[in-house]
Amino acid sequence: MTDLSVDLGFLRLKNPVIAASGTFGYGLEFRPFLDLSRLGGFVVKGLYYDSRPGNPPPRLVETAGGLINAIGLQGIGVRSFAEEILPDLEGLDTAVMVNVCGADDDEYAAVVEYLNEFAGIAAYELNISCPNVQLEGRCPAMDPEATFRIVQQVKKISQRPLITKLTPNAADVAAVALSAQEAGSDAVSLVNTFLALAVDAETRKPRLANRFGGLSGPAIKPLALRLVFQTAARISIPVIGMGGIMSATDAVEFMIAGAAAVQVGTANFVDPQATVAIIDGLEEYGRRHGLQKISDLTGTLHS
Amino acid sequence: MHKDPQARITRRQSWEAYHRIDLHSPRIAADAAPGQFLMIRVAEYFHPLLRRPFSIHAVSGPELSVFFQTVGAGTRLLSRAAVGQGLDILGPLGRGFNLDRDLRGRRIGLVGGGRGIAPLYFLAERLQQKRAEIRIYYGGRTLQDLVLKTDFQAAGFDPACSTDDGSHGYHGMVTDLLCADWKAFAPDLLYACGPHDMLHTVGKISREYGIPAELSLESIMGCGFGACWGCVHKIRREGEAAWTKICEHGPVFPAEAVVWEEGFEER
Repeated sequence: MTDLSVDLGFLRLKNPVIAASGTFGYGLEFRPFLDLSRLGGFVVKGLYYDSRPGNPPPRLVETAGGLINAIGLQGIGVRSFAEEILPDLEGLDTAVMVNVCGADDDEYAAVVEYLNEFAGIAAYELNISCPNVQLEGRCPAMDPEATFRIVQQVKKISQRPLITKLTPNAADVAAVALSAQEAGSDAVSLVNTFLALAVDAETRKPRLANRFGGLSGPAIKPLALRLVFQTAARISIPVIGMGGIMSATDAVEFMIAGAAAVQVGTANFVDPQATVAIIDGLEEYGRRHGLQKISDLTGTLHS
Repeated sequence: MHKDPQARITRRQSWEAYHRIDLHSPRIAADAAPGQFLMIRVAEYFHPLLRRPFSIHAVSGPELSVFFQTVGAGTRLLSRAAVGQGLDILGPLGRGFNLDRDLRGRRIGLVGGGRGIAPLYFLAERLQQKRAEIRIYYGGRTLQDLVLKTDFQAAGFDPACSTDDGSHGYHGMVTDLLCADWKAFAPDLLYACGPHDMLHTVGKISREYGIPAELSLESIMGCGFGACWGCVHKIRREGEAAWTKICEHGPVFPAEAVVWEEGFEER
């Protein structure tokens, strides 16, 4: 049987399948559908220090093979999370990770400082890549210098491993990844959504109230694979790959391209049991290919 | 809430733009309450990508039905599904109409516009069991929108109908019909599902007449179970208005809690 566990250096996961932030609520929403302890891990919805109202609707539009969202990181603040959600996640045999947001550099640090005091969190994922909260889809991860600054500041105070979540909307994504590595990030996760626009031909208006949104789903998989491949080649810290993973085969493709682990996002909406089906599928793939360890796949793309 | 990956289609009926599909899904049928909904996967692969939300139209033993209108690619695909085929469904989802109280003898007006009539059949049956006095107001643009009238009649309900073009029943909006009939029926509670401008008017009527109303809202939904935060509407809860997930806290809300955009208030 193939050993599905993966060692990220700073964190050992029982399998490489992590449910992606923003698509998995606070984890509890999925309890009716699956045993959370089967997952390699999950990343809860992005947390600011205080609760966030989010963007006006419409927030979603479906496009060919994809979904554009502009939720605007609506959600509870750290205090509610720590008091109301975290106790319910206690005792799970999976890596619970928190996606950390900030309206400015200091807020990232404030969120991490607050959460440092609570047990039951395996790592922080630094969300410097949401396209739906700043004007014109801008985010810190578009810029290597802003990325360096935030990662370094958070790393100084973080008592947990730090994963930096990157945007595909940067001119040179690998350069941003390198910058995160130099600032002390323990891993990078990519890609967040592609900045996108959907137009209503009848009204000549944008289909989203926020005008722009982030495109996810199977439509972006080849774009994400290319970025994961190029980024993994440039940095030495682990890459957690994501972007349109719907099946175990998709997950395998990301690992071959250089990902040490993967995140599953939009698939959770289509099938709340998608993560578990992907884990089962990885086991089947490993058996079929006589793999000793699933991690042997990472970075094995033949030229 | 359950996932049934193989809810078998046992029966189906189509009118021009409307369809009814009956599904065998014992666990979901057993738990379903009026106003709740299903998320149905309409394609095996990913085009369309997302599940589509459908009100539960009727429940009979281990079977439940959905009633819908063809509005886009998803509903078009579903409208072609054949008897014997299995559908991947999630349900029952959301919070339905508040029936958890004594409704015996209450005079309840059910207001449905177009495909919004869907959950009112299930609701009417349950209200009848609770010995409420009900009257159904069923409106459409034209006669072709009132395809369920005979189903209601067969079940012993006689809906008051309206059409915008006067091709059948009362000539005008269903909310105008509701007001025209007010003295005759004198409702003390309203339940409504339909287009949002109709729901807005029902809310206004309930306020003017000083009786409570519950409105079932419609939205695009990403997941249907509270994970994506895509289906929000502004709802007043505990005094504060906030973008609230329709799938989780609704789709049915008390009319006084629903905040309409400025454009609606001017109509």
